[in-house]
Amino acid sequence: MIARAHPLRLAYLLHRLSGLALALFLPVHFWVLALALTDPAELDGFLHMTEAGVVKLAEFGLVFLLAVHMFGGLRLLALDWLPWTPAQKTLAAVATALSFLVACLFLLGAL
Amino acid sequence: MTPTDTLTVTIERGPAGAETFAVPAYENQTVLDVVSWIQQNADPTLSYRFACRVGMCGSCAMTVGGVPRWTCRTHISKVVKDGAVTIGPLKNLPVIKDLAVDMDPFFDKWIAAEGVHHSGQTRHDPIAPIDAATPARVAADAGIECINCAVCYAACDTVTGNDAYLGPAALQRAWTLLQDDKDTGRDDILDAVSGAGGCHNCHAIGSCTAYCPNDLDPMSAIAGLKRETAKSFFSRGR
Repeated sequence: MIARAHPLRLAYLLHRLSGLALALFLPVHFWVLALALTDPAELDGFLHMTEAGVVKLAEFGLVFLLAVHMFGGLRLLALDWLPWTPAQKTLAAVATALSFLVACLFLLGAL
Repeated sequence: MTPTDTLTVTIERGPAGAETFAVPAYENQTVLDVVSWIQQNADPTLSYRFACRVGMCGSCAMTVGGVPRWTCRTHISKVVKDGAVTIGPLKNLPVIKDLAVDMDPFFDKWIAAEGVHHSGQTRHDPIAPIDAATPARVAADAGIECINCAVCYAACDTVTGNDAYLGPAALQRAWTLLQDDKDTGRDDILDAVSGAGGCHNCHAIGSCTAYCPNDLDPMSAIAGLKRETAKSFFSRGR
């Protein structure tokens, strides 16, 4: 597994694992939403939990999973449906890396 | 030439388990040279396959340090870590014995993907002129230097997970034939590559392109097939 680690394979693994994690999250998510109809008091109790630091951290994780899964999917669509030349793929990777860098700078500025 | 040091070479011999050999290290030595040294000097029962030794025939591919490689053109210095290396048979193919795998499933899928010439003419017709500069011909040329070594097939996680998947080499051949003016099997090829084991199984993991010893790009060829089969589906309903 480690011997054959190359960027596209790691991207595939990230996409697959984030998808699995989101698939596990969604039923719980829908169950909590359903509490609004079946047991509003318990839902309130749940919503209070979101003030805890560990839950906030978990929400960062969730946003990360959603982001990498969405961009992973868009990447696959672009890769499969557009006739890229190798040079264009390199340019696209460079552009992605640059925009990620800029986003990180904004994040650092906000902290 | 005298050996400079000793290499610790572990050979994975299938059900018989792994066996480790001490092999003299030379300045210039390929992985195939190392395997041959073991067979000729340490254990004559070691089975492996090779023919041309110059990267033409595609018969000597093995798993070297976990990565599929053509052994005749892989310098041992590229794969040795701390004086040691592990060599095993190609993955995703049945092992016959030691380092020799049964290539039949690989070639059967080549045929199943319609990777054969579909002739529209006879020997009595004049030879059709081919313009080397057309986009289709350029796309075909990019993929025709495949030597059938099955490195891409062994590297492919989708093949590992799905026995029916035709694999990168066969699909790339189908793609080159689809681009070939002399080939008239367009409908047959599109049907063959859009079936249960066809191009749409590909997850674009890209190991085929990463490890192809001839620097071919089967992943992009398969992406081309995905587009062609989709176009065909929306325009012809199949």
